[in-house]
Amino acid sequence: MSLKIIVLAKQVPDTRNIGPDAMTPQGTVNRAALPAVFNPEDLNALEQALRLKDQFPGSTISVLTMGLPKSAEVVREALYRGADNGYVVTDRPLGGADTLATSYTLAQAVKKIGDYDIILGGRQAIDGDTAQVGPQIAQKLGLPQVTYAEEILSLDEKAKKVVIKRHIDGGVETVEAPLPLVVTVNGSAAPCRPRNAKLVMKFKKATVAAERKPEQAEADAALLEKKPFLNITQWGAADIDADPAQIGKAGSPTNVKAVKNIVFKAKDSRTMTASDADIEGLIKELLDEKIIG
Amino acid sequence: MNNVFVYCEIEGKTVVDVSLELLSKGRKLANTLGVQLECICAGSGLEGIEKQVLPYGVDKVHVFDAEGLFPYTTNPHAALVVNLFKEEKPQICLLGATVIGRDLGPRISSTMHSGLTADCTELEIGSFDMATLVDGKTEKKHYENQLYQIRPAFGGNIVATIVNPEHRPQMATVREGVMKKEVVDPNYKGEVIKHDVAKYVPETEYVVKVLDRHVEAAKHNLKGAPIVVAGGFGMGSKEGFDMLFELAKELHAEVGASRAAIDAGFADHDRQIGQTGVTVRPKVYIACGISGQIQHLAGMQDSGIIISVNSDPDAPINAIADYVINGTVEEVVPKLIKYYKANNK
Repeated sequence: MSLKIIVLAKQVPDTRNIGPDAMTPQGTVNRAALPAVFNPEDLNALEQALRLKDQFPGSTISVLTMGLPKSAEVVREALYRGADNGYVVTDRPLGGADTLATSYTLAQAVKKIGDYDIILGGRQAIDGDTAQVGPQIAQKLGLPQVTYAEEILSLDEKAKKVVIKRHIDGGVETVEAPLPLVVTVNGSAAPCRPRNAKLVMKFKKATVAAERKPEQAEADAALLEKKPFLNITQWGAADIDADPAQIGKAGSPTNVKAVKNIVFKAKDSRTMTASDADIEGLIKELLDEKIIG
Repeated sequence: MNNVFVYCEIEGKTVVDVSLELLSKGRKLANTLGVQLECICAGSGLEGIEKQVLPYGVDKVHVFDAEGLFPYTTNPHAALVVNLFKEEKPQICLLGATVIGRDLGPRISSTMHSGLTADCTELEIGSFDMATLVDGKTEKKHYENQLYQIRPAFGGNIVATIVNPEHRPQMATVREGVMKKEVVDPNYKGEVIKHDVAKYVPETEYVVKVLDRHVEAAKHNLKGAPIVVAGGFGMGSKEGFDMLFELAKELHAEVGASRAAIDAGFADHDRQIGQTGVTVRPKVYIACGISGQIQHLAGMQDSGIIISVNSDPDAPINAIADYVINGTVEEVVPKLIKYYKANNK
């Protein structure tokens, strides 16, 4: 049996390299000011998908992302590692979405893809750390969910059941869940395999329509006719039958009231060097005042 | 109707600390709003569970006691919360930012179409003016008594205040240790309602089976330690942390770490201090090689005495430190150990 697998991926600003212009005055993320990377835990999810594909030959992995047209970069990155095709949902009215509007949009796209056995994604994205979109998509699709997954231990294609090891507070548990299912994967799960050189050769010219230059339209059309797998599907809000009231800012219950730079009140602090005298002096003082000891 | 709700997480037959902390916060929010505090306790064999929560000032305890509700699985708990909320229409719902709370919260918010803010570090009540575009014209709307969901956001020195003016309940998750647990009255009188679980949870919701489960008591008591020695990315390696364990052993302290150090694999996940880890309030906090991103500061700023060891004199953490030692951790930490041993008689 082969499986239809959907991997949810997000291109995220690299929060490990934050500059002062990271936020707009409106309080939303200024994505242009930051390098964009494949959300790390989505790579862990992709690896679990690739392992299922190894185990069930003929399975297909579709990567689904929402974002700017350049988020096709994460689709390409997934294709280089063994995914089969990709979808980029991109449209101006989708901007400013909170997790709820995002999950609605992605759930609509999943419905449009239609046929699936399992949906995998990272536990959370490093730009918000909310861990909300996975469960919200599961709810919108009426599917069960297994979050904080460490490893898919086994999948029984006949019984349509999967056994998953997951982290819980202070421990681990093993659960059995029916397919179709949404699974979110931890960063401590197996790391994703590296790019495959042959797949890089095959997919390096894969693009979404919005990335193609008008002056090269003819050449691109000829290339895509010869190699249709180089087309990454691009969808706008209308393509996924999205209700305008449920996407973007309009579909987001949360509002950012204020964003402020926190300046901690500087304490009356004492600065010292690493010299023996300074450190022995400090230790003695702390001991004398019974702060330590 | 319109009350403040806390979803109480129950391990076996014990309400976990973070839920009791949220009851304390919920009590204060309810007082400010002039409404009642209610809570949900769902599990198996919960006879007398109300005794654990009533002292925190709960006016109404909703008990859901049935086979299959422990261990926690998503769908049955989501169903009972959502169906109860449809009847009770709460204005606020608080959950622990635990594995369970972060699994359940978004499921509920998605069903109710309400906003949910993760990992809040402060919750307050205040007003909000929202400008909306109606037929091309900007209209201002004023909202009173909104829940301010305050959280550090986005990597840097930013704290965002989130409000959900037009959707109920206003939902937030909070990490363990962020709010303070305070008993209002050991004999606080509240109503206890035992619900018929089958009325709230259709049989078809029991879809995920827990085959096996291991929960261990925490290996350390970071949250309760009077002295915390914490390391950051500046420790350089897992071996660098060995030095901190040695210092901690001498001081009878616990070892914590910043997220950067955890992500680099220098220390175990359960030692993370900060917004997405543990919040600590020790008597003494010794920060070694920690620059002090706001998420980290959020988890330790209420410490009594803060000592910062950093080779960068401009490290943000130095601004909130009582003592700043300008030097490398390799040089300073062994000296701290040496002179502590020499002088502690």
